[in-house]
Amino acid sequence: MALLEVENIHTYYGSIHALKGISITVDKGEIVTLVGANGAGKSTTLNTICGVLKPRHGEIRLNGELLNALKPHEIVAKGISQAPEGRRIFSRLTVMENLEMGAYARSDRREIAKDLERVFAIFPRLKERARQVGGTLSGGEQQMLAIARALMARPRVLLLDEPSMGLAPILVQEIFSVIREINQQGTTILLVEQNVNMALQIAQRGYVLETGRVALQGSAKELRENPRVRAVYLGETLHA
Amino acid sequence: MKLLSVVRAGIRNGLIVGAVAVFIVLIGMVQTFAKRYLVSDLTLSTVILVAFGLAAGALAAQQVSRNTTQLGSKVLAAAVSGLITGVMLALLLLVVSQVPLRDVLVNATPEMVAALSFGLPLSGAALLLIGLSVVMAVLAVLYGLLPSRVRRALLEGIMAVTLIGIFWEAIVGLDVSRLVMKFLGVKAGKVLPLPAGLGLLILVSLVTYVWRAHPQSNVTVRRTGEGLRRYVSLVLIAGALIALPFAVGLFWSQTLTTIGLFTLMGLGLNIVVGMAGLLDLGYVAFYAIGAYAMALFSSPASSLHIGLPFWVALPIALLFAAISGILLGIPVLRLRGDYLAIVTLGFGEIIRILALSDVLKPYIGGPQGIMETPSPFFFGIQMNDPRYLYYLILAACLVVVFLSLRLNDSRIGRAWIAVREDEDVAQAMGINLVAAKLMAFAIGASFAGVGGAIFAARQGAIFPMDFTLFVSINVLCLIIIGGIGSIPGVITGAFFLIGLPEVLREVDEYRILAYGAGLVIMMLVRPEGLIPSARRRLELHEAEDQGELAAYTVS
Repeated sequence: MALLEVENIHTYYGSIHALKGISITVDKGEIVTLVGANGAGKSTTLNTICGVLKPRHGEIRLNGELLNALKPHEIVAKGISQAPEGRRIFSRLTVMENLEMGAYARSDRREIAKDLERVFAIFPRLKERARQVGGTLSGGEQQMLAIARALMARPRVLLLDEPSMGLAPILVQEIFSVIREINQQGTTILLVEQNVNMALQIAQRGYVLETGRVALQGSAKELRENPRVRAVYLGETLHA
Repeated sequence: MKLLSVVRAGIRNGLIVGAVAVFIVLIGMVQTFAKRYLVSDLTLSTVILVAFGLAAGALAAQQVSRNTTQLGSKVLAAAVSGLITGVMLALLLLVVSQVPLRDVLVNATPEMVAALSFGLPLSGAALLLIGLSVVMAVLAVLYGLLPSRVRRALLEGIMAVTLIGIFWEAIVGLDVSRLVMKFLGVKAGKVLPLPAGLGLLILVSLVTYVWRAHPQSNVTVRRTGEGLRRYVSLVLIAGALIALPFAVGLFWSQTLTTIGLFTLMGLGLNIVVGMAGLLDLGYVAFYAIGAYAMALFSSPASSLHIGLPFWVALPIALLFAAISGILLGIPVLRLRGDYLAIVTLGFGEIIRILALSDVLKPYIGGPQGIMETPSPFFFGIQMNDPRYLYYLILAACLVVVFLSLRLNDSRIGRAWIAVREDEDVAQAMGINLVAAKLMAFAIGASFAGVGGAIFAARQGAIFPMDFTLFVSINVLCLIIIGGIGSIPGVITGAFFLIGLPEVLREVDEYRILAYGAGLVIMMLVRPEGLIPSARRRLELHEAEDQGELAAYTVS
């Protein structure tokens, strides 16, 4: 049984049918990526998993446990946390306070302290800037803080929404290598990306979303080699 | 070309300050203060006229100095600006004295003419106004040339004289000053004597000048002795707070109780607005609910006829307020910012109108309110004297301050901060939005409810008109001016906004105008409030402290 199962979910914004029956699974220890163009439903899928949006049909299960009826804060407590799109760090709080907020749902102080050490080991830059206000960090540092904050919840599944957005290429490299490192330390990751090339390099499996449906799925290698993916998302010319 | 731009700056600033001056004169402020002395022979209305000239000069000089450092151009701009302002005032004087305008401008009275003309014939008075304005404008420029330490010393001297001069009557009226004067065998008049005023100015300026000579050492002294110093100052403050009502007498004790009630409300609203970031403009509703609950349950004359003692009715009032906080909170859970403000504004009005309505008249008395709410008893003493009530309110304030401090550091306090910063992300951190918001509304409301309950017991009778929108605005203003999120700020704000108008009775008419002006000036000069919380200061001034880093972020 997969760790996270999303089965045939339909989500609406008012009368707009945004997700038209999406099914994905994430196994323990994997990096799975959702790729696709703007408006394909990537972030909507993540927000539905988090409970911010409610699916009209379909089921979301974590370790077999149904999450549909839970409130967002309850889903965090179950073990799903996210680094939201656009980073959304608390820009007026310090780095340390941001990280403490990430662990809000937990009460095991000793373990929180351990995770703080772990996060600082992954992101030494954040340790240097622990007492600095979040808004004064650079874009890359803010993204690191957003990921670190989500890690502080010690999630069973970490959701990352467009971590490369708005970052310089060198920083994108850095962020992706950190994501791989976090995964290698044992955290399961569901990654939403527009940078399809990078995403398919670090993920084991992927789903290509198009207008609210899963258009393609398979191992990252298969997707990388798929001519349609190459043409539409990796920028190669299509030979008709 | 350059001369032209200097003159133009002078004219423009002169027109602006002149227009403001004419407005202030026409709303009757100058004649209101004609009978109020700062020091003997110097009325507050003269001070206001002098201030117009100073403002005209300072503003013009400031604008010119952006382009040039030349003293000549500054003086020229200031003089032109002062001239324009003076001419506008003089014209106003001539028009008001010659043309009957009272039908349109109710304040255009002979008193206004008298206040503007210093008892001189018209032409002389007009020239004097112009001359005074020009001279003051130039003096403002010269003041700007002084070394900053001298400027600061002079400014503090002038501020000290102004404060003491304005409050002179109140100060000599205090019980404690009467005792001191009796002991020294001196008598004080209603006005600070001119020589004493000058002496004070020189003394304070000199002390400030010397004091500021070693700002560095000053700081280190404070650091090394911090523990002891803190302890001593706590004891001193406690002693002062306990002795206060008997030192200042009845009138002031009454004022202190009002300040205390607004402090209670301010601390409550500080939780809702300052900590959780929920802008509530109908906060008076909870004050009203607390007051009405107290009156209903404790007054034998109320429709319930039970006449419970104060101490039993108090928790009931608190509970009513807290529940109404939750009831208001539920429908507005999904609203943010402006929308929340509008809905809560409506809620405040609904409660007042309900209290006023015929529907509820059999229960809560409609416009007649509820009478005969008894004062609390404390070990057999009836606390009907404001001095006793002061202690009750002081105790309530201390409890609320303590609770606020604890909440600030608590888990729920952190949840509020997250909600204030970003609701969606707060939720993603595992914070229960519904619980956090309702908790803020309930706790904030219960503080106001306690305030309202004590208010009812103090007044004896309460009426719907005690609970107008203006109370909400007052409370919001005091936390903004004091410093949102800062507990000492709230207390300071209450003293300034509630205490000051009680002393300056003449200002009462201009209270709302002064609030508006005060808010605008605060937002421009010190948006974080008088005593800001550490976080606010960080938010608003980090750009200055961390300019380098900010630049780094941009690149």
